[in-house]
Amino acid sequence: MTETTERAAGVEALSLVPKAEAKQSMKDFKSDQEVRWCPGCGDYAVLAAVQGFMPELGLARENVVFVSGIGCSSRFPYYMNTYGMHSIHGRAPAIATGLASSRRDLSVWVVTGDGDALSIGGNHLIHALRRNVNLKILLFNNRIYGLTKGQYSPTSEVGKITKSTPMGSLDAPFNPVSLAIGAEASFVARTVDSDRKHLTSVLREAAAHPGTALVEIYQNCNIFNDGAFEVLKDKEQAQEAVIRLEHGQPIRFGLPFEQERGGDGLGSKGVVRDPATGDLKVIDVTVEGTDGVLVHDAHAASPTTAFALSRLADADTLHHTPIGVLRSVDRPVYDTLMADQLEAAVEQGGKGDLGALLHGNDTWTVAG
Amino acid sequence: MTSQVSSPAEQADGETVGSRAAGKEVRKLDRVIIRFAGDSGDGMQLTGDRFTSETASFGNDLSTLPNFPAEIRAPAGTLPGVSSFQLHFADHDILTPGDAPNVLVAMNPAALKANVGDLPRGAEIIVNTDEFAKRAMAKVGYETSPLEDGSLDGYRVHPVPLTTLTVEALKDYGLSRKDAGRSKNMFALGLLSWMYHRPTEGTERFLRTKFAKKPELAEANVAAFRAGWNFGETTEDFAVSYEVAPASQAFPTGTYRNISGNLALSYGLIAASQQADLPLYLGSYPITPASDILHELSKHKNFGVRTFQAEDEIAGIGAALGAAFGGSLAVTTTSGPGVALKSETIGLAVSLELPLLVVDIQRGGPSTGLPTKTEQADLLQAMYGRNGEAPVPVVAPATPADCFDAALDAARIALTYRTPVFLLSDGYLANGSEPWRIPDVDELPDLRTRFATGPNHELADGTEVFWPYKRDPQTLARPWAVPGTPGLEHRIGGIEKQDGTGNISYDPANHDFMVRTRQAKVDGVDVPDLTVDDPGGQARVLVLGWGSTYGPITAATRRVRAAGGHVAQAHLRHLNPFPGNLGEVLKRYDKVVVPEMNLGQLATLLRAKYLVDARSYNQVNGMPFKAEQLADVVKEAIDD
Repeated sequence: MTETTERAAGVEALSLVPKAEAKQSMKDFKSDQEVRWCPGCGDYAVLAAVQGFMPELGLARENVVFVSGIGCSSRFPYYMNTYGMHSIHGRAPAIATGLASSRRDLSVWVVTGDGDALSIGGNHLIHALRRNVNLKILLFNNRIYGLTKGQYSPTSEVGKITKSTPMGSLDAPFNPVSLAIGAEASFVARTVDSDRKHLTSVLREAAAHPGTALVEIYQNCNIFNDGAFEVLKDKEQAQEAVIRLEHGQPIRFGLPFEQERGGDGLGSKGVVRDPATGDLKVIDVTVEGTDGVLVHDAHAASPTTAFALSRLADADTLHHTPIGVLRSVDRPVYDTLMADQLEAAVEQGGKGDLGALLHGNDTWTVAG
Repeated sequence: MTSQVSSPAEQADGETVGSRAAGKEVRKLDRVIIRFAGDSGDGMQLTGDRFTSETASFGNDLSTLPNFPAEIRAPAGTLPGVSSFQLHFADHDILTPGDAPNVLVAMNPAALKANVGDLPRGAEIIVNTDEFAKRAMAKVGYETSPLEDGSLDGYRVHPVPLTTLTVEALKDYGLSRKDAGRSKNMFALGLLSWMYHRPTEGTERFLRTKFAKKPELAEANVAAFRAGWNFGETTEDFAVSYEVAPASQAFPTGTYRNISGNLALSYGLIAASQQADLPLYLGSYPITPASDILHELSKHKNFGVRTFQAEDEIAGIGAALGAAFGGSLAVTTTSGPGVALKSETIGLAVSLELPLLVVDIQRGGPSTGLPTKTEQADLLQAMYGRNGEAPVPVVAPATPADCFDAALDAARIALTYRTPVFLLSDGYLANGSEPWRIPDVDELPDLRTRFATGPNHELADGTEVFWPYKRDPQTLARPWAVPGTPGLEHRIGGIEKQDGTGNISYDPANHDFMVRTRQAKVDGVDVPDLTVDDPGGQARVLVLGWGSTYGPITAATRRVRAAGGHVAQAHLRHLNPFPGNLGEVLKRYDKVVVPEMNLGQLATLLRAKYLVDARSYNQVNGMPFKAEQLADVVKEAIDD
């Protein structure tokens, strides 16, 4: 997809949502409720980023709805001065699907966590993604259960010592991005709570995407899993750990390959396809050169490379974690298709006539 | 006027009224019960449906009972694979599909074996002799042929080689023997249509429409149908045919059609949406015996109906609740196991106080239970099957056609009181059918409701605000403020809310108040007083039922009264809240008999609430009560 059509698609995603009459500010999206997350929680940063970003969309506030499940992050709707529903554990994508598919004039956002979306609500998440309902799903991943006070989650690393796993957790974690790509998601991105600029840029692309957009947000729980993403946030370590993906740009990261050493100033690591296995691997371009380094294509029809990129991350060390938009493709949107069928039915059979329906074709009359 | 029915009081020989071709005798009957039985793949449901349509268009009153296995195609020729369809039709108003068939059509030995026990002596049995090979008989435990060993001596047996005759009739149609033989159900239908003077145009039209894309099959089926008719007309074995006059006296003036419970319920939902001027949204997951409603509603998208087949039961109700938040008339349809999965979301709907219809087509339980059989054992699940104090109004239709009115009534309650409402139908109502007087659209209730449009509260400082939990003083309903309404932005959720503002509140006194208020709202739902049918006013015994037992209970009280007994009858449409006069009605009678297809769930509620000695009479065999059985129970209570 070119930049132009991308923008056109973005317009389509929100074209039925009424626009705000007056210019909005961050303040307009703050509710009167006191925010009650633990001091220092990563959720504050995400809330501020979302509240700060919403005015940019310029949507009528009353046509914006936040739906959440259960968990720390699921308190989010209470703090947004929009319509909102704090529902039950894991079910937000299902509830939001009913809302979005019956009201195309709404901008519907789902706020969920790693336990809510991937454990108790895993089924609803994958089906929302495959249907491509017009939902924006913000998945706050802190790799721990916070609200129930510190049990391991479906994204916790193997061997995690928690209250429920004193000898270490046994189960292998989900990689939410891999899972979403496997579930036929049309838009999958990852970002980090503390990087407001990156977070906002990903939100911008998600909002413009027609269909379901999944944004995984690495979020620090400073009480039960503090520093879980430190390697991605510490400037020095991040050089080696984070792969920043940008559509149309070569996939390079690490310390700069300086010009004085004959380099191009981009990262000294690159991602190439291994011709022997077809898989992706990381090379040192200062040794192996830049030939063959992949150029990121978020709009590739096949999900294969996006999936392979998602697999580069080491679940334990988080080394080689790609952030940014891994996949963004155009696919028919469920609620549009549903509305089209209703229109087609009226075209084919005329607007429903209740009297005729009840009467049917096979009647008899009893005269007085 | 005579009857083929076995009850001694009603049994008589046919009155000869004339003759048809070949000098055949015609007898007049007042009612007949026919059962078609065959393999799951023999097309018995279709045959029964067609005979029903013919009978309906002729103007008889009728009641049907389809009965089929849960397996789509159980092993051929076995007892578990037998599928049957029973039809009771009459020249007067009837209430049940009948206790015992006068005529059994048995397409194979399994069908004979599975059903012969239900027949009264003297009943007619039409058997397809082609299927009575030694092996097929041995498969169901017949060591000798029941057609020859005298075991059917008490019945009037018509041995007919249905398959051979059908194949012979279709020999010019270029079909294989196997394919031609598949039309044997239409041959049987033709024969029965001749026996009972049914109109045939409808069936021929139906076949030509059904096989519009394969006209050669349409013509073959029509030919088999006609061959069956002609066989009756010409063969000596069928010396008598029967007339059952239209039930014109039994029905109020109007235009009628035949309708099943699930179809009536689907139409009721569409009508409710039209009358409320709200789009209908169904979130559902396929489950027997509720799936037909999903199928039916998905056909009517031109009414603005959205049907969403969800990934599971929870998502089905979740999507419906989301649509309710958005201002749709939202519905989820399921059966007992699905209700169990939806419980948490029903609780959320209680807390959110949004309108939502939960349709439970009850089936045998617990667990998977008996998916294709009927039961009324979800009453307590509907009443209490949630965490916390989570009251939900419960409405139960009494007959297949009544499912239409019950759906409108459930929608009225949901929309007026902003609450989830249970609509408790069951497998018997869902698949059974009866004539329905088609209502004029003008007669239907006005269900229009108002969304909130602006502030509803003034703060002490004079500021106008919107309070999502400020209630209507009459109904205690909270405002329905749908997204897209400027100035009413608000957040709702499953955490306890402060009265009025709807903000999160953990305050003990507030929780106590909110729990009691939600209960008071449901207790205050406007339901009509219970009417009691007690013609002489001398009855000491009251029979009280709910839901689909209406037919057999009413038939039973008629029998008791016909025999000189005094009995009062009442039937509950509203199980929560109960009608305001129920306690007074119960106390008026010495004895209260409560027949239920469960182990006494309504009786338990009555005893708890009214301290009356309600006597349970229970049956949980997957089948509706028989009128005679209930009549005996009532007689015992009277004589006791």
